[in-house]
Amino acid sequence: MDIETTTIPKMTARGVSVFYGDKKAIDDVSIDVSRENVTAFIGPSGCGKSTFLRTLNRMNDTIASARVEGRIELDGEDIYGKAMDVVQLRARVGMVFQKPNPFPKSIYENVAYGPRIHGLASSRSEMDVIVERSLKRAGLWDEVKERLQESGTALSGGQQQRLCIARAIAVDPEVILMDEPCSALDPIATAKIEELIHELRGRYAIVIVTHNMQQAARVSQRTAFFHLGVLVEYGETTEIFTNPRQTRTKDYITGRYG
Amino acid sequence: MSGLAPSAPIDPTPTDWKQSAMQRRIRRRYAAERRFRLVGLGAVLLSGGFLAFLLITMMINGLSGFSQTEVRLDIGPSQAAAIAAGNHEAALGEGVYSEGAWVRLRDGGVRQGSVWLPASTAIDSAAKGEGEAVAEVAYQRLSNEDRVRTRINWGFLTGADATDPTLVGIWGAFKGSLLTMMVTILIAFPVGVLSAVYLEEYAPRNRWTDMIEVSINNLAAVPSIIFGLLGLAIFLNVMHLPRSAPIVGGLTLALMTMPVIVIAGRNAIKSVPPSIRDAALGIGASRIQVVFHHVLPLALPGILTGTIIGMARALGETAPLLMIGMRAFIAAPPGGFSEPATVLPVQIFLWSDEVSRGFVEKTSAAIIVLLAFLLAMNGLAIYLRNRFEKRW
Repeated sequence: MDIETTTIPKMTARGVSVFYGDKKAIDDVSIDVSRENVTAFIGPSGCGKSTFLRTLNRMNDTIASARVEGRIELDGEDIYGKAMDVVQLRARVGMVFQKPNPFPKSIYENVAYGPRIHGLASSRSEMDVIVERSLKRAGLWDEVKERLQESGTALSGGQQQRLCIARAIAVDPEVILMDEPCSALDPIATAKIEELIHELRGRYAIVIVTHNMQQAARVSQRTAFFHLGVLVEYGETTEIFTNPRQTRTKDYITGRYG
Repeated sequence: MSGLAPSAPIDPTPTDWKQSAMQRRIRRRYAAERRFRLVGLGAVLLSGGFLAFLLITMMINGLSGFSQTEVRLDIGPSQAAAIAAGNHEAALGEGVYSEGAWVRLRDGGVRQGSVWLPASTAIDSAAKGEGEAVAEVAYQRLSNEDRVRTRINWGFLTGADATDPTLVGIWGAFKGSLLTMMVTILIAFPVGVLSAVYLEEYAPRNRWTDMIEVSINNLAAVPSIIFGLLGLAIFLNVMHLPRSAPIVGGLTLALMTMPVIVIAGRNAIKSVPPSIRDAALGIGASRIQVVFHHVLPLALPGILTGTIIGMARALGETAPLLMIGMRAFIAAPPGGFSEPATVLPVQIFLWSDEVSRGFVEKTSAAIIVLLAFLLAMNGLAIYLRNRFEKRW
């Protein structure tokens, strides 16, 4: 298993196992998430890639039966340690979900909610700046600037997902986790999200879980292949897709199973 | 799986959709749908009919309860002398005035000319066409002398209970109901909603919470009189709160309403999509922020529906209030939460038990007031619910 990176990694996982009750969903995964690259997690359904993603910002805490072993660090800080505040962690490690899930509030409120609860804006005009900047970075500003007070749920699926990305960006996170962000979208909306991921790269460390191998090849620089809760192979995306070292990886990316 | 292979032979006899057996089946299906629609319509009409019957009977019997027959008293020398002597009852002389009419005469301060005073029950009934023979004769005589008139009975809307049906009022019981309901909602709503939130969002799933859930479901089904006994034992015997008071009635009814609110609240909270919770948690909202910023506002319409049902049941409740002494004869509207009071349904129960003929229409009139109160309360709740739904 190769976990080498050229620079200091943003997040590191060492010997991470996740249990749902007695069932082991993730078995001894060690991985580094790079600071300036997009990392893709691929693998067949039920391989544990989403489960592992959710351990990175402790979203699994909400599942009573879930238990995590091993060590995960964000900039060298143990995120499961006592000193780590889970609320702050989730602000620093934002998340975009599979199904677009805007709040049933106005577009403005959707973006402003995060900064407001974290006290990032001290005035109305500061909040306006944050909302505009976030929507611009998410590539949504031109489409919604005339109707910021309309409900976020009235947007199309692709726009909703970009609104969710804007919402995550608004709290100025360091890492953005994306859990199959395009699986509910049509090809054009998908292309827009992929373009957006390209633009966001470098500013945020991005981890994306995807079912779609072409997507992983298009958007990511590093790819991790999961199978049955085990990290099978992790390396440069081009390497994984052109010259996989493991037969299981090769079988998967050539469509033998999945 | 071989049937799907391209080499499989084509079914030799394709289904004939026009054959008579098929046509019969279609006809039977249409008939079944028609039958079902008719039965459904019949059920709706039947329940609507019952409701209309109830309302119309109440209106016919009760509307006369809002009016009152008055008889004019011409103050001659003898009456004036009696009034001056302070003997107002003697001034009334003939028995066509109600038992309490002398009080009205005394408080009115009229010493000469003429004054309109409430008629006795017998005359009042005769005026409304349902009196006894003797009263009919007396009424005819007064009518010929042009000494009777019918007026809206404002006293009924502003007064409290009395022994004479012509003098009773509903305001005492109405105010009692109002105060009792205020106590009930102030206790039951926050406690019920917070319990629901805790059980749905915070409590771990284990044997204890399962037991609590079963207990709450059972509590919602407990007969109300048992809550009355509980109120009697705890609020009166242990805590020594005042007997017959709205505060005790409200607390007792709150105990009864709470489980309904908890159950409705839990269902409403459960139906908020988990993706909303994920979204809020994902940008670093704390548990309490998730609940109060997102879950509760979305669940509020459902919670309010449950609250309406619970409050409507509490408003119509009689049995538990009998146990804590709210069936006492209270001749003055309650001045506060700890003063003796009665409530509308209990007042209806008490009046329906009276022997005097005049109480029949008062009972129906009180029912109309209770229904109006119920309607107003539900209307307010529905208005609030729609307002909260529109915000999202």
